Amino acid sequence: MGNAKVIAKGNFKIKPDMQKIFKAMLPVIGILVGALAGSLVILAKGVNPVHAYAALMEGAVGSMDNFASSLIKTIPLGLTGLAVVISYRAGIFNIGAEGQLQIAAIAVTLIGTQIRGLGPVLHILLCLLAAALAGGVCALLPGIAKAYKGFNEIVITMLFNYIAILFVGFMVQGPMKMKNQYYPQSAPLFPSAKLPYIIPHTRLHAGIILLIIISIVTYLVLFKTAFGFKIRAVGFNQRAALYGGIDSRRVMVVAMVISGAVAGVAGGVEIMGVHGRLIENFSPGYGYDAIAVALLADLHPIWLLLSAFFFGALRNGASSMQISTGVPVSFVYIIQALAVLFVVGSTGVPRFIKKVRRARKNA
Amino acid sequence: MTAVLKMEGITKRFSRVTANDDVTIELQKGEIHALLGENGAGKSTLMNCLYGMYQPDEGSIYVNGEKVNIRNSEDAIKHGIGMVHQHFMLISQLTVTENIILGLKSRREPLLDLKNAEKEIQKLSDQYRFDVDPRALIKDLPVGIQQRVEIMKVLYRKADILILDEATAVLTPQEVEELFKVVRQLAKEGKSIFMIVHKLEEVMEVCDTVTVLRDGKLVGNVKVSETSTRELAKMMVGREVILDCDKKPCEPKEVALTVKDLVVTNKHGKNVVNGVSFDIRKGEILGIAGVDGNGQIELSEAITGLSGYKSGKILVNGEEVPHHNTRNFIEKNVSHIPQDRQHTGLVMEFNIKENLVLQKFCDEPFCRFGILNQRMIQTHAEELIHRFNIKTAGTDVETNTLSGGNQQKVILAREISRNPEILVAVQPTRGLDIGATEFVRKQILEQRDKGAAVLLVSTELDEILSLSDRIAIIHKGKFMGVVVNGEVTIEEIGLMMAGIKKAS
Repeated sequence: MGNAKVIAKGNFKIKPDMQKIFKAMLPVIGILVGALAGSLVILAKGVNPVHAYAALMEGAVGSMDNFASSLIKTIPLGLTGLAVVISYRAGIFNIGAEGQLQIAAIAVTLIGTQIRGLGPVLHILLCLLAAALAGGVCALLPGIAKAYKGFNEIVITMLFNYIAILFVGFMVQGPMKMKNQYYPQSAPLFPSAKLPYIIPHTRLHAGIILLIIISIVTYLVLFKTAFGFKIRAVGFNQRAALYGGIDSRRVMVVAMVISGAVAGVAGGVEIMGVHGRLIENFSPGYGYDAIAVALLADLHPIWLLLSAFFFGALRNGASSMQISTGVPVSFVYIIQALAVLFVVGSTGVPRFIKKVRRARKNA
Repeated sequence: MTAVLKMEGITKRFSRVTANDDVTIELQKGEIHALLGENGAGKSTLMNCLYGMYQPDEGSIYVNGEKVNIRNSEDAIKHGIGMVHQHFMLISQLTVTENIILGLKSRREPLLDLKNAEKEIQKLSDQYRFDVDPRALIKDLPVGIQQRVEIMKVLYRKADILILDEATAVLTPQEVEELFKVVRQLAKEGKSIFMIVHKLEEVMEVCDTVTVLRDGKLVGNVKVSETSTRELAKMMVGREVILDCDKKPCEPKEVALTVKDLVVTNKHGKNVVNGVSFDIRKGEILGIAGVDGNGQIELSEAITGLSGYKSGKILVNGEEVPHHNTRNFIEKNVSHIPQDRQHTGLVMEFNIKENLVLQKFCDEPFCRFGILNQRMIQTHAEELIHRFNIKTAGTDVETNTLSGGNQQKVILAREISRNPEILVAVQPTRGLDIGATEFVRKQILEQRDKGAAVLLVSTELDEILSLSDRIAIIHKGKFMGVVVNGEVTIEEIGLMMAGIKKAS
């Protein structure tokens, strides 16, 4: 494969290896450019960028405790990111990961607070199942509407997010509110429904293992199975998939349900591993960040782990930076945005070149 | 005498590909000048340089002996250069006049000046004997007339140099004749014309001079009166080509495909295939001749399950197949070479080996218990690449990096390796150069000889005539007639393509 032989008259190809390296470097370049642009903002605030970034790094990975905190944030970002990857690969843009995660949190809280007497293994599995089911059901309807009726899934799932978030608010203010409590929050989960901590003296919970497993499984399914072949075929070209005898619409619905289920697991894990009860605003919009996480990883389930960690660490480090230097947290959005733009742009630019080349070929 | 136009030493590179390599070409006043070459030879690039769509990297352009700098199409029009595109750029709900003045400044800005424009367009139409009514709506006009409107658009902008880009591709033989008349008239009135052409016969019939390009280089510039089709073909390809494929006599066996009273509607509910019935036997090729857009694509999609149909029956080997389900047709061994390889026939982002198992990835030996067998998929791809001589650096290469001809070979390899009982081939050689065309046609004939029933849909009459055993002529969704190839003249077929039934 290494030889860059001319593959056809009047056509040429960069060495595939070089192309791959170039592609892999793009997120890194994006992050660096983002950091550079961020420096200007920091300078404008009258702070030395070197100090600010040092504080950011310190906060993100400076100690075991900080590193664990970054990982804790990585878990929901990674899981929702995988949800976006799965649906996007089938050609559906699931903007609803946030809503699916919220509804799943309610389901998990119900199972975790109402059913007692189960062993931890069984209780945790039941909670995760409930989360996946709740998330999957939430995604089913938009999936069907998109695949069979041609509705715009972006609009449907996005609007559903508001309903879901407000519904959680209603639940914790009303039916699920802990009795004799001032705060709007549910009763705590039974200890048997909580995810165990896996590194001593930190709050890093077993959700990280779940994330890694789901990410590997997603990779294997997408690239090594017939079902994954179908998903990718439908995602790239629905008509060609249909031509190849694939029931595109069914594949889209199934992919959407799986996507919702994974987003649901993200919500469940967040309740079971971090908060231990249902509260309002337990997710600072993980389901939205997930889109950026997935795009930065170029929709690859394994790269996604890195991408999610990058986002998690950045968020976590930014808080320390704000405390020690006064640079606001929101400035990390600049870095994130530029990194994502670079990756998205990198798929756009070759496509543009191809288009020009194709136009020329029609000579 | 100075030439009206001279392009000197034009070189245009796209990254590492040289699309035009030191091309020099002259156009005389009143001359019809053909640009001939295979796909990718650089004809369109050269004309796009002239029309300002591209900037040449080297070389200069002279209009009437004066060096000009053409940065965009506005500049080109200013220097009297106009282009008639292959795909019409007309708004069907507007009138001829409205389309022609679209984008021009009116003399009564901000008001329109339709009356005067109409008068001028009428004058233009009379002068060149275009026979176009300025007030007619575009959608009511046949394709041939629409093309004249495109030409008038250019003339109205005072062009003296016209570029016609594959102008005959969408026309019936009669319309081609009409177009040639118009072109000759234009030349007589002193206009100079570049025609980008594929077909040798057209060069011989209408052009004065021909310039042949190959791989971006100028091969030669000859007077049409001093050359022959054989010589031109050789110049184009760089070797001798057999223009007619030799074909064994047809030996039809039992009926493989039966279509009864088929009606297919488009998304607006209009009947685009309107009660079509026919049989195809094993070992014969039924060609469907017709001008583009007369229902032949919809017909082929219904027969392969890509789209549904309103009423009628499709029987494969005597059994009815549930419609709108490609899987059923695939399992009945119906192969399909679709007209649009990039949007239908291939997943362009997939690599070659994935595309080569697009229908079979779920079956043994390529898949077991839902898990793909990469090694079998790889071996399968290597075999087909070898057998069909697909030019690629490997099986992992993304399909969209292949040239059009090689993409078509991927489809052909896949569809033929399934040993089809029925092969539906739609525009199988569209956009391919002579070499690849030869190859594809041979493969189709080979399938017929092996006993497949072939349905060939093509808008190129040459292709229909050289491959088919029987020919069905489709017009507005109906068969105008089904004839045995060789028993009718090309003129008769042409008339039927235009919707005129032969008196019988």
